[in-house]
Amino acid sequence: MSNTNDKMPEQLTSIAEVEDARLARQEEKSKSQGRIVFERFIKHKPAMISSAVLVIITVVAFTSIGYGPLPGWWDKSYLAAGQVVDGGRPTMSLWPTWLGGSGFAIGEHPFGQDSIGKDYFALVMNGTQKSIIIGVVVGLVATFIGAVIGAVAGYFRGWVDEILMRMTDLFIVIPLLVLAAVLGQMAGASSGSIITLALVLGLVTWTGLARLVRGEVLSLREREYVAAAQAMGSRTGRVIFKHLLPNTIGVIVVNATFAIAGAILLESSLSFLGFGVQPPESSLGLLISQYQNAFTSRPWLFWWPGMIIVAIALSVNFLGDGLRDAFDPRQSSRPRRRKLSLLNRKG
Amino acid sequence: MSTEATENFALSFQDLKVTFETEARDVQAVKGLSLQVRPGEVVALVGESGSGKSVTSTAAMGLLPGNANITGEARVGNVNVVGLDKGKMRKMRATDIAMVFQEPMTALNPVLTVERQLTEALELHGIAYGKEATARAVELLTMVGIPQPEKRIKQYPHQFSGGQRQRIVIAMAISCDPKVIIADEPTTALDVTVQAEILDLMRELKDRLNTGILLITHNMGVVADMADRVAVMFQGNLVETGTVEQVLLKPEHEYTQRLLAAVPKLEQVALTTTGLAHDSMTAAKDRELVLTAKDLVLEYDMRGTKYRAVEGVSFDIAKGEVLGIVGESGSGKSTVAKAVLGLLPVAEGSLLVKGNNLPKLSPREAREVRKTIGVIFQDPAASLNPRFPIGDCITEPMVVHKVGNKASRTKRAQELLDAVKLPRNVINRYPHELSGGQRQRICIARALTLSPELLIADEPTSALDVSVQAVVLEMLQDLQRDFNFACLFVSHDLAVVDMLADSVVVMQNGKSVEQGRVKDVLHAPQHDYTRRLLAAAPVPDPHQQAVRRDAWRILNSQK
Repeated sequence: MSNTNDKMPEQLTSIAEVEDARLARQEEKSKSQGRIVFERFIKHKPAMISSAVLVIITVVAFTSIGYGPLPGWWDKSYLAAGQVVDGGRPTMSLWPTWLGGSGFAIGEHPFGQDSIGKDYFALVMNGTQKSIIIGVVVGLVATFIGAVIGAVAGYFRGWVDEILMRMTDLFIVIPLLVLAAVLGQMAGASSGSIITLALVLGLVTWTGLARLVRGEVLSLREREYVAAAQAMGSRTGRVIFKHLLPNTIGVIVVNATFAIAGAILLESSLSFLGFGVQPPESSLGLLISQYQNAFTSRPWLFWWPGMIIVAIALSVNFLGDGLRDAFDPRQSSRPRRRKLSLLNRKG
Repeated sequence: MSTEATENFALSFQDLKVTFETEARDVQAVKGLSLQVRPGEVVALVGESGSGKSVTSTAAMGLLPGNANITGEARVGNVNVVGLDKGKMRKMRATDIAMVFQEPMTALNPVLTVERQLTEALELHGIAYGKEATARAVELLTMVGIPQPEKRIKQYPHQFSGGQRQRIVIAMAISCDPKVIIADEPTTALDVTVQAEILDLMRELKDRLNTGILLITHNMGVVADMADRVAVMFQGNLVETGTVEQVLLKPEHEYTQRLLAAVPKLEQVALTTTGLAHDSMTAAKDRELVLTAKDLVLEYDMRGTKYRAVEGVSFDIAKGEVLGIVGESGSGKSTVAKAVLGLLPVAEGSLLVKGNNLPKLSPREAREVRKTIGVIFQDPAASLNPRFPIGDCITEPMVVHKVGNKASRTKRAQELLDAVKLPRNVINRYPHELSGGQRQRICIARALTLSPELLIADEPTSALDVSVQAVVLEMLQDLQRDFNFACLFVSHDLAVVDMLADSVVVMQNGKSVEQGRVKDVLHAPQHDYTRRLLAAAPVPDPHQQAVRRDAWRILNSQK
């Protein structure tokens, strides 16, 4: 068992000296709060697995069919119709022969084909791209708006707070799906671009974060370092952006991940209802909507996009869990200390 | 061991060791402690932060968290509670061992009436039920000196004052006649005058009920006032035990000696005789005034209604002088500091910093004035931005006022670190890597960055350990001599003000009751309130403290 106290010089008899000696002897590299959080985060297994899953999905989605003018390694396009082979059944097989399968093979159409012979892998990858872009853009926009509105309301309080929070309430009481559907339709009709759709969704989903950040700022603004900054004559902007917002980063990052997961699901719902991404572009929700009747006859047309939505949403949520535990270990549901100590004893 | 077990101790520890497993490493908090408390005896367990004194008491209550490893014995009566199963431990709590906590506001449940909370233990342990329990609870409240107990028992904790709340917590602790009461810093959160009352109450109850008390405290004055025997802990070890006279008057271990030497003392106080009228503060000529407050009125806006926190306070501070403002909580002393810092608008009166009336300045002029004011706050844990490295914390005033470039700022930070005697490589460390005292020294460095002419120190040492406080105060004195700034020093501790300040303002309920030179006001007080404050502050000497206590009783009866 290592114990720093034992190494202290015995003759020290004042706590002030002990502390100073400890500081002077402190050799290990200084760690910032960010660094400590990062180290805790990489110890969080579900979050690390989820990160890997997310990275794989993202990389495959963007490199396989390429993005915009950039070509990908998958030779089929999601726009080109073709000959329907074997009723459009997936050609991918993962069961090894010794388990009674047909061995590992990707085949011509790994995810199968749709009714007019489009390669379903290319379609699903295109949909995944759209879902990821929407998730990230919505996450960024909603986080930015929410954080700024929350911080301003919490810092100034009084009538500024009243106005901003009543505005937030207004956004909250209108059903999100209705608001998003109407605005999404208008955005889709005017430009057809999914970025516009994402921006619009971002404009209606910032409310939760705004409330959380406001609460954090309300408590942080009473801290003495904020009073010290005000007393030395810092301008308001500096106090908010240098002293308050960086200290709410935990809340912001954690909720940004949940906002991304929420946005992907919201886009799926909108596209499913026909208010989101419009054909010939596709998105995961749109694919499910188009092939919902195929569920019994050609289930793969339903399963692939569905599974990917679930995979992305779950991973992002686990990632958020990991970040929350890293930023605030006290909230952790896992008995980490016990486990760690047992591991140490064995090792 | 068998011989010790035959004597009837209320509480005894035998070679108690407690180790905490943390994320990084194991921390041994208590390293083999042996200590006994007899019925009717008060044993004070004294130590600074990290000494393991609170861990010891928590171990006796069986309340240590799951990551604690306990070996050795902690006996309550004849039962060893180390490793005792939860059901049996629960039966012992309240009836054998009870606790008085530090913070009476959080120790009581705000949504339950006092009656519910007092009868809870009685009913759980089957001592009394229903009306009988309520009658017993009323009796308990009478014992702890709550007026009109029949009526007040129906009230909620927030309807009582801080001192009364602590009385209720004590009533809860004695409700089931425990063999031993653990009082963990029972008066630390209270004002001195209230502290004196609570100590009086505990002394009286102990004699009446013949319970043993393990008193955990860092305050040597409280020890001198209450304890029969004293045990001193340092870094998890018991370094000295003995009777209160032995330990406080003839300490043997070097740690105890230095600890006692570090306690600021306020001696030679004429509490009962009436001194001469104080001479005017402005007698000395050619003082270069830095801060002048005239008929200062400060108000808080509580949802539309104005609440006057400070009314008609006047004082001035010249270059090189230290003015202390003392008072209890709610006296408005910190409010004055806030107003000078511009964190609170001035309602009436004037506040002149080097001849500029602060309330009348434009924001731009006010910023220029701020440049000449440095500040140190109370809580070292909260006064540095946790995301800034120490270097950035210290040079922040330069960044705000656009002084210097990167190189000159780093140089200044290094100079200041030397001035507060911290190693230069701390510049890249973060506040959480430093102890409270070291952080407070960083705050001092930050306050001095722009070579201010006025330093506002709002209770800068009240969150620190005694020996750390001594280091910080000495440093503040040295720096004040070197840099010759004027200083407004707000404190509740009269001894600290006596040590540091030239003149003092005693505040009560927003008004100045007495002000003048320290040697007049604190050594020959004119006003009754100042006298009561002085008499209530305990001194770390059992004989002197007995004298003080009598003076306090007389003054209190005259009130």
